[in-house]
Amino acid sequence: MSAPPVVDGRAGGAAAPARSTTPTAVERLKRRIPLLPALVLTIVLTQVPLLGTVYYSFHSRNLLRGDAIEFVWFANYADILGDEHFRTAVLNTVVLTASTVTLSIALGVALAVLLDKAFLGRSVVRTLLITPFLVMPAVAALLWKHAMFDPVYGLLNWFLSLVGVGPIDWISELPMFSIVLMMTWQWTPFMMLIVLAGLQSQSPEVLEAAKVDGARAFATFRRITLPHLRRFIELGILLGSIFIVQTFDAIFLITQGGPGQATMNLPYFIYQRTFRAFEVGESAAAGVIVVAGTIVIAIFALRVILNLFREEG
Amino acid sequence: MLETAPTPPASGEASHSERAAAARRRTRRPRSLGVAALAWTVGLVFFFPVLWMFLTGFKHESEASTTPPTWLFVPTFDQFRAILGRDFLPYFLNSLTASVLSTVLVVVLAVPAAYALSLAPVRRWKDALFFFISTRMMPPVAIILPLYIIANNIGLLDNVTMLSVVYTVMNLPIAVWMIRSFLVELPAEVLEASRVDGASIGTEIRRIILPMIAPGVAATALICFIFAWNEFFFAVSLTSTKAATVPVFLTGFITAEGLFLAQLSAASMMAALPVILAGWVAQKWLVRGLSLGAVK
Repeated sequence: MSAPPVVDGRAGGAAAPARSTTPTAVERLKRRIPLLPALVLTIVLTQVPLLGTVYYSFHSRNLLRGDAIEFVWFANYADILGDEHFRTAVLNTVVLTASTVTLSIALGVALAVLLDKAFLGRSVVRTLLITPFLVMPAVAALLWKHAMFDPVYGLLNWFLSLVGVGPIDWISELPMFSIVLMMTWQWTPFMMLIVLAGLQSQSPEVLEAAKVDGARAFATFRRITLPHLRRFIELGILLGSIFIVQTFDAIFLITQGGPGQATMNLPYFIYQRTFRAFEVGESAAAGVIVVAGTIVIAIFALRVILNLFREEG
Repeated sequence: MLETAPTPPASGEASHSERAAAARRRTRRPRSLGVAALAWTVGLVFFFPVLWMFLTGFKHESEASTTPPTWLFVPTFDQFRAILGRDFLPYFLNSLTASVLSTVLVVVLAVPAAYALSLAPVRRWKDALFFFISTRMMPPVAIILPLYIIANNIGLLDNVTMLSVVYTVMNLPIAVWMIRSFLVELPAEVLEASRVDGASIGTEIRRIILPMIAPGVAATALICFIFAWNEFFFAVSLTSTKAATVPVFLTGFITAEGLFLAQLSAASMMAALPVILAGWVAQKWLVRGLSLGAVK
């Protein structure tokens, strides 16, 4: 981005002047060597396949029929955009992502505020709270499916029966809600950790000053803490969105997109089109559309990260 | 292990915050009991499904599926034996190989890359940094088909090495960002001294830098291990029998076949425990890894 290499971070200081003298071509090449293996491998395994997907999206091909590859312009895009199931998958992905992110950030902020206070066994409670995020997602999905949601033996129905509600056949009657519930359980710790880091990076002097000035706890939280937390909440929401849009394990293992199309999201839709129906052209077009959508969220995410990054630098 | 959470950092600001926290503690004692009760309740609610998995894994099948749920029982190892009898071990070893191999590769590639993006920055190092994370944000489903076809053509489908390389690329952005965040915290004087000595880049990284950021590298490695071990999508798409990992083994439990909850729980425990433990150990650094080094 900048012509003379800018040294950021605390490492700058004394070293910066020596480095900002224009390096020779050989010197520049030598500097690049440590970066190259990682960069080349990443390009080969991400950008080359992505170009492949773009290529397929403009060509007609079904692996089962073994047709000759034929350039078809935007026909695959037209097909996929006209496909009712694709539109359902887009809508489901939006609903799933928005609900999970909203619920988990709200819970995450609340829990972070709670954990920022001193109490007996705080580190144990923190350890308990982060565990859902560590549990292998495939395990979490199967555990919730069979031990929590089961209409007969499930613990959710047992808890509800204690207060006289139910029984509910969670996965058949409330499929999307069930998935969101399980995902919120999984992602709340992630949000909590990021917000908690934000809370603990607050300047204690400012909080003490507010207290001395007689500000009430709630006012302090709203006027000082919340604005400080904004960027951390944004980061949590954006990173969370990027990962939750990609949700595959839970759908594959709990509902397989069903009942009907009720929980069919984009990753599972594309997976099915690719590996079950072998509709290469259409699923590639769907993949390109998903990447385009992700880029929109990613631009915002990168901006937030860049801001945090500037502050650090 | 459980006590690792609030580590007092060594800087001046932190000791301030410690003092302030102590002051708060003194003034708010009566409230802290309510806070503790609430926090413990929520913590246990969140932990409950994991606890239940742990308990159910030690039950007989007849005790696992009951209404009301069975709380007291005589523990048995039958389910673990049954899972091992279902050829669980090869899957476990594949998971171990893919996770460890990819983690080693990630560290070997990420340390020099992070060095070239911080201490001896190449031109347009910011672009390179943002290129790395942008790849982590790309949905895997968008590249799976070409990856599958390439792997198939070069005979690397259903191959642990191939899976490890995919995991390496998946984790590189996180590792580069994280290790870089540790490198920029190094004191400049030490590096200057090593340059004056005329050490080559390789020697400088190995002899001077690596020992200083060793804890950071260990934390990065643990987080990469966690992501690789838990990965499902690439495993289920790129492997079938020879290289299948633990999450793929678990797909055998999608539909209920009679009484099987205890066995599922035992398998789940064996699948999830390594990462739960790794995560508990690494929890201090977890947030740094999850936020790509942006949040300390």
